[in-house]
Amino acid sequence: MMTIREYKRAESLEEAWQLNQKRNNRVIGGMIWLKMENINVGTAIDLSGLGLDTIEETDESFSIGAMVPLRKLELHEGLNAYTDGAVRESVRHIVGVQLRNLATVGGSIYSRFGFSDVLTMFLALNASVELYKGGVVPLSEYAQRPYDRDILVRVVVPKENAAFCYQSVRNSQTDFPVLTCAAAKTAAGCRIAIGARPGKAVLYTLQPNAAETPELTAARFAAEVRASIKTESNMRGSAEYRNHLAGVLTKRAVLKLEGER
Amino acid sequence: MQVHITLNGTKVTAEAAPDTLLIDFVRAQGCYSVKRGCETSNCGLCTVFLDDVPVLSCSVLAARADGHKVTTLEGLQEEAAEFGAFIADQGAEQCGFCNPGFIMNALALFREKKSPTEDEIKEYLAGNLCRCSGYEGQLRGIQNFLAWKKAKQEGAE
Repeated sequence: MMTIREYKRAESLEEAWQLNQKRNNRVIGGMIWLKMENINVGTAIDLSGLGLDTIEETDESFSIGAMVPLRKLELHEGLNAYTDGAVRESVRHIVGVQLRNLATVGGSIYSRFGFSDVLTMFLALNASVELYKGGVVPLSEYAQRPYDRDILVRVVVPKENAAFCYQSVRNSQTDFPVLTCAAAKTAAGCRIAIGARPGKAVLYTLQPNAAETPELTAARFAAEVRASIKTESNMRGSAEYRNHLAGVLTKRAVLKLEGER
Repeated sequence: MQVHITLNGTKVTAEAAPDTLLIDFVRAQGCYSVKRGCETSNCGLCTVFLDDVPVLSCSVLAARADGHKVTTLEGLQEEAAEFGAFIADQGAEQCGFCNPGFIMNALALFREKKSPTEDEIKEYLAGNLCRCSGYEGQLRGIQNFLAWKKAKQEGAE
């Protein structure tokens, strides 16, 4: 059970950061996971008054505020046109509309959960995170960092000449994923993010060979991912099953993206 | 701390602890349709509208709702009764425990999409668990309600 001694709706990022330096204070994000922890929070820091719940699109990027709910990602026309619906696909299986109206992008990315569809998707999107004190950090680097006391302000997705797709395998429609796979095809090659291993998502950068057929490229990428990915077992699937799925989903993703070439 | 919300159209001010959840706050105001089911943000039983958007009141602090508009089933009696009759016609409510949350979210769906497809209905209501019905009766009830509403609108035009 979570208890909270004080609640503060932050009036500035500086105030939120200052409050967050104290060990038992917490930024509450969408509060979905936090409320299920057994913790005593000193001050619950609420960022909902800071205008971080908007998605701004420019010619170069999408700037997604930390308090943007997952449902807003799901419904954002620009983001879904850019990713051919991959962003929508990545969040639409997460529990229900009511939860997705609460769970935030910042909460998902900061927490770097192993099962996170959002982290998997944003890794393939080549996103960066903007931290209040730490500046802009590539998400691939941030995903590996230990938790700190900085404030995640927004997530930035650069616009590239790229095609994207997202897949997940679930035992039932709204369950945690057994495995997630987000893929991007750019002029420089393919990015494949695999999550719910069940460890946190990892990113692979793979180079196609112009002499290969799409089928051969897909089979080679799948073999490379399977050879290097570390999977483990839990109640949703065994390590061996996940390793097999990593190959299957990679192959499907590459074939889909190659078909769009 | 004092929390001020507009609950079902009425301004309400009440004392709440910093960790009081919105579900407990609205129940203390007499809104007993809002129920606690799973405690893991999964069942949809505690659905309310926060500024007209469906959310799980078990996962929102009352303090965060301060200054906002909150609507429960008690504030949507007429709309709910009209739709609820179609659910009852299908025998889709058995124990009835999930019904308030289910009706709230179905009303949110109707506000968002005028003519949802079967897949859209299923996807929108995936966050409302029912352990009696198997969902088929509810689906038929929704589809019949939408068809009736459409015919009513066309007749009026």
